[in-house]
Amino acid sequence: MQFLKSSIGRKIVMALSGLIMVLFVIAHMLGNASVFAGPDGINAYAAKLQGFGPFIWVFRLIMLSVLSLHVYFGILLTLENRAARPAAYTVKKDLRSTFASRTMIWTGLVIAVYLVYHLLHFTFHVINPGISSAVNVDASGRPDVFRMVVLGLQDLFTSFIYIAAVIASALHLTHGIQSAFQTLGGNNDRTFPVITKAGTIAAGILLLGYISIPLAVIAGVLKH
Amino acid sequence: MNLTLFVWRQKGPREPGRLEQYSAENISTEMSFLEMLDVVNEGLIRSGREPIAFDHDCREGICGTCSQVINGVPHGPQEKTTVCQLHMRNFKDGDSIYIEPWRAKAFPVIKDLVVDRSALDRVIQSGGYISVHTGGVPDANAVLVPKEDAEAAMDAAECIGCGACVAACPNGSAMLFTAAKVSHLTLMPQGKVEAARRVCVMTEAMLKEGFGNCGNHYECQAVCPKGISVQFIAKLNREFIKAALKAEA
Repeated sequence: MQFLKSSIGRKIVMALSGLIMVLFVIAHMLGNASVFAGPDGINAYAAKLQGFGPFIWVFRLIMLSVLSLHVYFGILLTLENRAARPAAYTVKKDLRSTFASRTMIWTGLVIAVYLVYHLLHFTFHVINPGISSAVNVDASGRPDVFRMVVLGLQDLFTSFIYIAAVIASALHLTHGIQSAFQTLGGNNDRTFPVITKAGTIAAGILLLGYISIPLAVIAGVLKH
Repeated sequence: MNLTLFVWRQKGPREPGRLEQYSAENISTEMSFLEMLDVVNEGLIRSGREPIAFDHDCREGICGTCSQVINGVPHGPQEKTTVCQLHMRNFKDGDSIYIEPWRAKAFPVIKDLVVDRSALDRVIQSGGYISVHTGGVPDANAVLVPKEDAEAAMDAAECIGCGACVAACPNGSAMLFTAAKVSHLTLMPQGKVEAARRVCVMTEAMLKEGFGNCGNHYECQAVCPKGISVQFIAKLNREFIKAALKAEA
C-alpha cells in the first residue's frame, strides 16, 4: 500500500497505534486502582472483565495487532534513520531533543520485553503459578486477583522489574504523546506548548498511578 | 586570540577522513568564522600544505552555502546565524574548536568540509514548484491572498536550503526543509492546485535520497539559521493526511 511506504504514512501508523495504547494504559491504570478498594474491589472488577467472554479475545487480538504495527514500524523507522547517518559526528551537541526522544527505541524494547513478562505473570500465570488467580478464589468464589497481585509484588525483585518498566513507559510517553500530535498535524503555535506540557503531565500521572501499587505493597499498605 | 582547531580533512568522496589539528593565531574578534579559516588557509598555503576546503558564497547569510558543524552544532553556537555571519567574538582565547562537515548519507563528503547537497535540489525538482501558464505578467492583486497566509508563506519561504536541519537531525531527516518548501507553496492560492501531488512526491523523493524519517526531536528548528518552525512539519503532515484522504475518495 502506498500509504505505508510513505515516510509520513508510517509515522501516522506509529502515532495512531501509540495513541490507542495510551488510551489502553489509562483504562488499565483506572482498573488497577480498584486494588486499593481491597479484594472486593479488584476481584469484582476482574470478574466483570471475565464476564465479557469471547469479546476479551476480540479485544486482545485488536490490541495485539495495534502493538505489532507499532513495534514493526518503530523498528523499521529506527533502522532507516540509523542508515541515514552512516558516519557519526566526533562532537555533537543536542539542543532540543530530550533523553526520552533519543531513547525511544530502547524504552520501547524494554516495554515490549516487560509486556511478555507481565502477561506470563498476571494473565497466563506461567510465572509463579502458585499465586495464580486461576487456582485461588476469594471468599465469594471469584478468582482472587488481589491475592495474586499482592503476593506477586511482595517479592522485591518482581516489584523492581515493575517499577523499572513503568519508568521506561513514562519516559516513552513524555516524548510519544506530544510526538503523536505533531505527526497527526495537531500542532500549531498555540497548541504546541499546551500539548507538550499535557503529554508530560499525562506521563507523570501514569507513572504515579502505576508505581503506587508496588510501592503500597512494599510499604505494607496493601497486604493479604 | 589564539585557537586550536580540529578540522575534518578528507581528500575525496571515497577516501577515509580524519580530524587534524591546526592552530589559528592572532585572530581578531571582529573576523567572521570563514575569515578565520581564510587566515588559517593562507598559513597552510605558505607552508606548502593543502588548504582546508569549505563551501562559501555570499558571506552575508542568505545563500545557504556555508555548511560546517562547529563544536557539534551546525552553523555554530550563535542562534539563527550562518557560519559566515558567525563572528569570532563568540569564542574565547585558547578555545578548542571542532569543525566537521554535514554528516548524512544523502550528503556525501566531496572534500574536507564540502558536501554534495544536490539531494535537496532533487527533492525540489520532484514537486517544489507551481505550474502556471506562460504569457503576460498577471495584474497585481488579481489573486487575493489573506494577510495571515502571506505572512506564514513568507516565514516558510525564508528557508535558504543550507541543510543544517539534516545535519542536526539525529535521524538525518530533511523533513523541515521539505515542510518549509511544501508549506510556502501550498499556502498560496497558486500553489494549492497541486498541493496533494506535491506533498506526496516531495516526501517520497526525500526518502529516496536516503534522508531519514522525522522523529520529532526538533533539533532542526534549533539550528535553522532562519528559525523555520517545526509547526511547518505539522502542516506538512496535515497536507499529507488531506492528500491521502483525497486519494481514497
